[in-house]
Amino acid sequence: MSTDTRTAKQVGSHRLDPQPGEVVDRTTSFEFTWNGRTYSAHPGDTIASALAADGVDVFSRSFKYHRPRGLLTASYLDPGCMLQVGDEPNVRGAHRLVQPGMVVSSQDTWPSLSFDVKAVNELARRALPAGFYYKTFMKPARLWPRYERVLERFAHGGTLQGSDAPTGRFDQRYAHPDVLVAGGGPAGMAAAIAAAEAGASVMLVEEEHDLGGHLRWGDEAELSTLRSLRDSVAAAPGIEVLTDAVVLGRYDDNWVSIVHRGLPHVDERLVKARVGALVVASGLIERPYVFAGNDVPGVMLSTAVRRLVNLYAVRPGDRAVVLTANSSGDAAAADLERAGVDVVHVEDARRGCDVVRVRGRSRVRSVELGGGRTVRCDLVVTATGWTAPVSLLTMAGDQPRYDATGARFRPDIANLLPSVLATGGVVGDGSLDELVANGRTIGNEAARRAGGSHPSSAPELTPAPHPALFRATTHGIVDFSEDVSSKDLFTAVDEGYRSAELAKRYTTATMGPVQGKLETVNTVAIIAEATGRTIAETGTTTWRPPYASVTLGALAGAEREPIRRSPMQTWHERHDAVPLQAGAWIRPDRYGDPNGEVEAVRDGVGIIDVTPIGKLDLRGPDVARLLNLVYVNKWSKLDIGRVRYGVMCSDDGVVIDDGVTGRLGEDHYLMSTTSSGASAIWEWLELWLQTEHPGWQVHVTPVTTAYASINVAGPRSRELLERAVSDVDLSPDGFPYMHVRTGTVAGVGGCVLWRIGFTGELSFEVHTPAGYGLHVWESLLEAGSDLGVRPFGVEAQRILRLEKGHLIVGQDTDGLTRAGSAALDGLVKLDKSDFVGLPELIWQQDSGDGSRLVALKTVDGSVLPAEGSQLIAEAGRLCGRVTSSRFSPTLGRTVALAQVDSASAAPGCEVTIRLVDGGTVRAVVTEHLAQVDPEGVRVRG
Amino acid sequence: MMQVPCPSCGPRHAGEFGYVGEVTTRPDPATTTPAEWRDYLYLRRNRADWTVERWYHRMGCRRYFVIERHTVTHEFRSPS
Repeated sequence: MSTDTRTAKQVGSHRLDPQPGEVVDRTTSFEFTWNGRTYSAHPGDTIASALAADGVDVFSRSFKYHRPRGLLTASYLDPGCMLQVGDEPNVRGAHRLVQPGMVVSSQDTWPSLSFDVKAVNELARRALPAGFYYKTFMKPARLWPRYERVLERFAHGGTLQGSDAPTGRFDQRYAHPDVLVAGGGPAGMAAAIAAAEAGASVMLVEEEHDLGGHLRWGDEAELSTLRSLRDSVAAAPGIEVLTDAVVLGRYDDNWVSIVHRGLPHVDERLVKARVGALVVASGLIERPYVFAGNDVPGVMLSTAVRRLVNLYAVRPGDRAVVLTANSSGDAAAADLERAGVDVVHVEDARRGCDVVRVRGRSRVRSVELGGGRTVRCDLVVTATGWTAPVSLLTMAGDQPRYDATGARFRPDIANLLPSVLATGGVVGDGSLDELVANGRTIGNEAARRAGGSHPSSAPELTPAPHPALFRATTHGIVDFSEDVSSKDLFTAVDEGYRSAELAKRYTTATMGPVQGKLETVNTVAIIAEATGRTIAETGTTTWRPPYASVTLGALAGAEREPIRRSPMQTWHERHDAVPLQAGAWIRPDRYGDPNGEVEAVRDGVGIIDVTPIGKLDLRGPDVARLLNLVYVNKWSKLDIGRVRYGVMCSDDGVVIDDGVTGRLGEDHYLMSTTSSGASAIWEWLELWLQTEHPGWQVHVTPVTTAYASINVAGPRSRELLERAVSDVDLSPDGFPYMHVRTGTVAGVGGCVLWRIGFTGELSFEVHTPAGYGLHVWESLLEAGSDLGVRPFGVEAQRILRLEKGHLIVGQDTDGLTRAGSAALDGLVKLDKSDFVGLPELIWQQDSGDGSRLVALKTVDGSVLPAEGSQLIAEAGRLCGRVTSSRFSPTLGRTVALAQVDSASAAPGCEVTIRLVDGGTVRAVVTEHLAQVDPEGVRVRG
Repeated sequence: MMQVPCPSCGPRHAGEFGYVGEVTTRPDPATTTPAEWRDYLYLRRNRADWTVERWYHRMGCRRYFVIERHTVTHEFRSPS
């Protein structure tokens, strides 16, 4: 970033002179608002750094007690810095880069951040003990709705705008790197460089906006190493760097999910990577210290201070006391000195020094030291230890163990899967040179393993000695997100929740937005203290994916559900068809009044686009055997040129599909399936062919979209089709009902014509090569204009078939309807030696159980019972349900199909239909399913 | 998600496959009893051990194949 002091503008009262590693661009600045007030920022500032540069020190109110909260980590994890940005809640304010015009506000404060009514919770702190919600709101259960309303008002987490808020833009990406390095600190960068040099394709994933890890806020030597590592990453062949991206999880066979943020034109992207070797270089997370007042704004971790000073040139306070147990604390003290902060006292924990409590409310006023002395200050810095973020390793089966020397949990490197490696701080400590060297070795080994080489052992970093510091002599906050104190954990243990997993759930410690990354080790240590066990005996809680928060939008990805359109769909749209999405297809529901369309079909001729009907081309000498197996009826004697209706069941006897199949040649058949069943039935046929009968010679080819299909229906359909077909004899004797012909329609050869009648009328179904579908459609309409030909939609077809009593699988049957309950008794041939579902259907016939499909005629024909209406027999006994119902324009009354108990299924039986509005209507079971033309004169015409 | 070693296509993402389930033997419909048939339809051993399974490579070669999988470790091996 530019540090050109001639053009430098100082933005913010707490902004320091240019720092060597700063990431803000001082050449320019812009404005944004925070709780309605305008602030300035430089490009590169996070929301939090820009506000801190102007002296803002309270960013939120805490979850339970609504205590003022300031910056603690100044990183993505900062629990006090969840903010509302525009209509987006829960933005990580210490990570999100501030943008010009951004509207930022605090969350869940009322009426304002500085005066929050809910802070009275703190006065009632004694009434909000561990497990408060469980204890208070459990009983009586009938009061839950009221409790929920109260609790909602106190819920944390920002506000969502109404349904008119713009939806986000999300997408997903697949990647297949040989080596994926999770973490772009010095060890991770070195691993990526070495892996790339060894020939591997590498993806290097870094949570922050730049590579570098802790080197970014380091001294001159560290910054110099950082520059050279960055140069090497850029120069190495085949490293793709993702910044502002976090590895969320590791699953079987190194299936790795990554959330990638900060991209142009997309809010968040989910990257799914299949990785040869995974290198976990997740570094270390600094651990807060537990003592009274440790959440007062102005108490910060040493890394927070180092970030603020070195990355953003922000002075975090005026008078500082530093509690240090390690070099990070020492460096923070030095940074503060250099920044002109008055470091009034350094308490060295390595020599047994300690702090007792901080006083202050909206800002630190003073700190009481271990020796009893109280020092006035506005900044208390703690550097008391580290947490190794081992979660990715535990997702790969690692069992982390407590290392008493380093006072932290560390992975069991020796027992990792060969495809998972680790380097850097998550494993152990070392000088910068040692970290880089270990990273290089591990990266090289990862490339070898990704290439299939036998694993060779790699040197392991070990933790440096560190004092074990978790809690001072006072109680303080352990989980800053959930407002859980060490006292709450002691209470939980007192009440018997001695296991870490139970105490965690009871108190909700580690269960907030930070998900344990800051507080897990302290939680375990305090439970260990309260139970009188060691930390190793207590053990850590389980880490599960996702490691970082991810939007549901990113998980869902972009909306990419392909819609199938018939070749005639453009025509339908031009002619005002009302679209209907049916499974994968969009098709016309109606063009105008569906009753008019029905009348056109009954009185003249109509055409409907039935392209979505599933079509399978079957060839081979054993097709008839296959048909005999999968259909409940007989197929061995189907002559060439004939078509037959068939029903398929699964082996439990339940109806799964129906359709007609025609025999086009000696070994050539065309099968139709329901529109929704097209792909499943293809797989179903393949299942039986490949598993039970691999010797049968049958080729199954799906041709659903290879043909456009048009049903020409109505008493004048023959007359119409004769004008368009020249080479097929369409006369009643030349082309009888349930026959198939191939021929030329509107000049298009290779068409298949079926004479079938789903609508109950004389009809011909034309299957034409898809590319000619629109031509044939338009030709038929033109040829039949003087006959009054009309296009009709799915709704008219549903009325027509219901008048005719033809069932629809999945509408008039469900997932439990066996063939005996689908009015197929005449069709099912139980004397066949085998077909799928045969034994079940024999037993159903023997026992007579199951409901029956019947047609109903309401006594008052003007009443239309809704589909799904319950049927009631004598004495209020439920006896079935309406499966289909429509008003029949042909009959001038309601027609319905229903599933009815066999006791009420005989023709003439009366049932009562319970209507949606609570009323009832009487209905009678009709003699035939067909209420129009039950004798089938019309279809045979 | 794990990878499944397709005999025709090699290791592929499990999402490309349909899982048919433990391999069962279909009884002879002519002689079967309701108890035997319902075992075939519904009863699976579901052991925490090696199991013999059928998979379908829906987005690949479209072959049904039989393979052994260890239900605890997700290791695959050729059927014995």
